[in-house]
Order: sequence, then C-alpha cells, then structure tokens
Amino acid sequence: MRHLRGVYTIWYRDVLRFVRDRSRIVASMAQPLMFLFIFGTGLNPAMSAVTGGAIDFRQFMFPGVLCMAVLFTAIFSAISVVWDREFGFLKEVLVAPVSRTAVALGKVAGGATISTLQGLVVLVLAPIIGIRLEMGTVVQIIGLMLLLASVATAFGLVIAARQKTLEGFQMIMNFLLMPLFFLSGAFFPLRGVPWWMTWLSRIDPVTYGVDSMRGVTLRHSVPPDVLATLTLYPVAIDVAVMGGLAVLFIAPAVWLFGKQD
Amino acid sequence: MPAIEARTLVRRFGTFTAVNEVDFTVEAGEIFGFLGPNGAGKSTTINLLCTMLRPTAGSAVINGFDITSHPDRVRQSIGVIFQDPSLDDRLTGRENMRFHAMLYNVPHAAFVQRSDELLAMVDLTGKANALVRTYSGGMRRRLEIARSLLHQPKVLFLDEPTIGLDPQTRRHIWDYLLKLRRREGVTMFMTTHYMAEAEHCDRIAIIDHGKIVALDSPRNLKAMVGGDLVTIRTSDNAAAVTALIALHGLDIRATDDDTLIIETAHGDRFIPTMVDVLRAADPPIRIETISLSHPTLEDVFVKLTGHGIRASEADVVQPLREMAQVWLGKKR
Repeated sequence: MRHLRGVYTIWYRDVLRFVRDRSRIVASMAQPLMFLFIFGTGLNPAMSAVTGGAIDFRQFMFPGVLCMAVLFTAIFSAISVVWDREFGFLKEVLVAPVSRTAVALGKVAGGATISTLQGLVVLVLAPIIGIRLEMGTVVQIIGLMLLLASVATAFGLVIAARQKTLEGFQMIMNFLLMPLFFLSGAFFPLRGVPWWMTWLSRIDPVTYGVDSMRGVTLRHSVPPDVLATLTLYPVAIDVAVMGGLAVLFIAPAVWLFGKQD
Repeated sequence: MPAIEARTLVRRFGTFTAVNEVDFTVEAGEIFGFLGPNGAGKSTTINLLCTMLRPTAGSAVINGFDITSHPDRVRQSIGVIFQDPSLDDRLTGRENMRFHAMLYNVPHAAFVQRSDELLAMVDLTGKANALVRTYSGGMRRRLEIARSLLHQPKVLFLDEPTIGLDPQTRRHIWDYLLKLRRREGVTMFMTTHYMAEAEHCDRIAIIDHGKIVALDSPRNLKAMVGGDLVTIRTSDNAAAVTALIALHGLDIRATDDDTLIIETAHGDRFIPTMVDVLRAADPPIRIETISLSHPTLEDVFVKLTGHGIRASEADVVQPLREMAQVWLGKKR
C-alpha cells in the first residue's frame, strides 16, 4: 500500500507538470510538423516513383513520427532524473518513507503516460494527411505507445541511474538515440537495404515499436497487400518483443535506482 | 529518550574516511549544531542520520529507531531540509506541500488544516498558490521549512539552512526556526559553517576531518580559549598597570603601539570597575580609548584545529551550485 502510494505520487507529479506546461506541448508539435510537411512532402514525389504510387510517403512516415514524439519525450523524462537528483525534488522523494522501487516504477509510469499524451497530440494530425482512424485502432495505438514509452523510459532510467551530471547527455543523444531511431525504419522502408543494416535494425528495440505502430495505424488507410510489404513482422510478434524488452529494462532500472550508496 | 544517539558512526568512501567514529547524543527539544569547514564530514553525517547513506560501521538511533534496521520508521519521524533547494519550482507552494503529504501519508483533512497553519507561520499564505519559480531564495527556504513539518516530525535536520542567502534573509529564517522550536518543540540538528549561526545552538560539536574535536555549549566552548579582551590606551600606561594589578585575576600585557591588553572573564562587568579604579588613582589616569572583544567560535576553531574555518572554505561544489542557480533562473 505504502509502495503504491509512492508510485502514484511520482506518476501524478510528472503528469501534473506535463499538463500544466501547455507551451511545451504546443512547441513539441513543431518537430513532427516539420518532418511530416517539409521532409515528407519533399520526398513524396521521389518515393512514389519508387513504389509506383502505392502509398503517400507522409502516410508511410507518420507512424515513425508518432514513435519519435513518444521516444524522445520518454528519454527526456527519464534523463530529467539526473537534474532532479542534484538540484531538485528527487531529494525530497528519496528521503521520504517510500521505497526506491516505488520511485523507479512511478517514474516509468509517469514517463510512459506523458509520452503517450504527447503522442496523442501528434496523432491529431493523422486525418490531415488522409489516415483513417477508428476507435478500436486508436485504443490499440495508445496501447502501443504506452508499451514503447515504458521501454524507452526504463532504458533512459538505466542510463540516468548512476549519472551525476548532464554532461554525457549530448553524447547519448548523438551516439545512441539518433542511430536507434534512424535504424528503426521510421523514415525509410527496411527492405532491400544492406545486410548490416538489416541486422542492426533487428537488434534495435525501436524497430519493433515503429513496425507495430505502422501495422496498426495504416490498417484502414492502405490496402493489406501493400501494408504487408511495408511492415516487417506481424503486430503480435512486435508486441511480444517489446513486452520482453520492457521487462529487460525495467528490472535493471529498478535495481540500479534502489542501490544505496 | 534522547532524540538522536550516534554510536561510533563511521563512513568511508573508498580509502577516504569522511566520518570517523563520531559519538554524540542530542536531547529532545535541543538545537544541536555541527560546525566545521566544508569537507569536514558534516553533510555525510546528516546523510547517514537521514538514512540516505549507510554507515560503514557503527550506528545511530533516532527517536528510538535504529537507522540501519528501521530506516522507514526513522524517515517517517524526521524532517529534512537539504543544502540545495528540493522544491519542484514548476508547481505551486501548496502543491509542493501536497506532494509531501502524499509521500508521508498525511490524511487529507490533517493536511488541509496543518498546511494552512504552517504556511501562515512562515508568512507564505498569500503566495501559496503561486508557482515556486516566482519565489525568492528566502521564500523557498521558508516553504521548505513549512513543508518539512507537515508530517509532525520530532527531529528536524537542516543542512546549511541559510547558505546562499543574504544576511537579512538569514536572520529572518532564524526568527522562523526559533519560533518553530517554541511552538512545536521540535529537536533540530543542523550543520553550518557560519559562526554567527552556530551561536543560536544550545550545543555545538566542532568537527574537523571527520572527527568531533569538541562538543559543548557555545559559551563553554568560547571559555576554552580564554576570557574577554579589553584594550585600553591611557595617559600613563605604567601607572595604569600598577593600579590595575591591585584588582586580582587579570592578565595584563603591554603592546608595542602603546596600548594595554587586559584579559578577564567578563569584560562587560570589568570595564566600569576599571574606569573607577583609574579615576581614583592619584594622580587620576585618563583613559583615551577602550575596546572590548569577546572570543569567537572562530577562535575556538583555530585553537582546536590549528587552522581557520575560512581557510578551507574554497569549495569545488559552490561554483557549480551557483551556475545551476543561474541556469535555473533562481538568481534574479
């Protein structure tokens, strides 16, 4: 009971801060908008020449943009722990009679929730580029976003758990997050690429998030035979892999967080 | 039952011993100070007592609970004010209080009543619903003090409670702390390297290189280095010495610049007597200047450790802390 209260408190704080900061929500729309309407529109003619006009390139990359919004929000939320620990609220939490496991789980829950909320804000753009969404699809998308965000937040916490300064953060962004994102097939189909890229994409956790998101989001907008060529695995396999990854990252995140000096 | 009882506490970081067999007892209702330069082991001791760090050896009992075997019971019974602010500055003052209530399982009704009371006590009622980022440094500290008392802790730990605050704000914070002790009867354990602040404590432990080198009331500590010093210059110093020798128990020294330094236990009481004696002399001796100085805790510190507390004040963390404050927009 005491632990649940701790989880809830940490989660509630993250969500309250997110909802309060409206300007950040609006500002965070800028990047997805640029990707979709500048990058996407610019590449659309070239890509439709390749695919024979089977799909609008903006529709193809939309699930990738959704994942990007979720992924980056989740990682930022986890990394904020480093700052919080040295100069902020985390000290207040760590000296309270609440277990560190509860703090770590609350942080994962909070990061997952706000990343999903951020993803939902981006999802509003779907009808503009002609993606048809039904209620059931939206529910599934929310589920996928929560799963991806949990994996990403836990991953971020593992990195942040022992870090005392933010100096390494830029490095992590440049050498870890960007490659993971580019290799995930978010912005180009992973078919017919060199073997090394195929292999790297297979060990990239983000691949499974993007792949499942594409399978679900485009279900009512792209013919099934075309969609089959755009996705790599059945959605069920993607979900199973991400579920496994969630456990794989949450366990060490909790452990590292709970370790007392 | 004492509020805090530390039994040969030891904490090592690798080969460095930050806290070296520290023993002390703090009685309930006492204000107990840890005085020492940065790096002396003050913050490490607080972190050990708050169960944020585990001792390498030894233990401590707080409000009857052992810090190693019952950390959660210890945590529920103490309040902590950290050296660096630990508020969420994107939330309001009252929201910060509410999160504290949630973390410490304070029932809602009790929270409402007590938070109003405490916010009024630190004069923040009018700012309770403003975001903490709009608060000044002093207001933040006051909010932290109010927040730390929400769950009615028996012992309050304060790590350098007035660091980085201007002298006026520092005095205000002390007014609040003393008011709080009167009203709530809470025991306070604080660390400081400000001598003036240490004077407010009932007892002080002077710590250097992880060891307690002296532990007593400020008055007794100062008595260790000797009495007050009265410095005078007169129309006839030699005659003055002769006249004053008659008053026993004085240590009189003549200096090169024509003054006399008289050491006495109570300078304030001695001066009127001295004036009478010199006037009554034949011929009367005229006093040209008088000054009185009391021994300070700084003198005590120098005597005990052989170095000044200020000498080791250059702190590697301080510039970083200031940078962070600028970055967070806390300095305006």
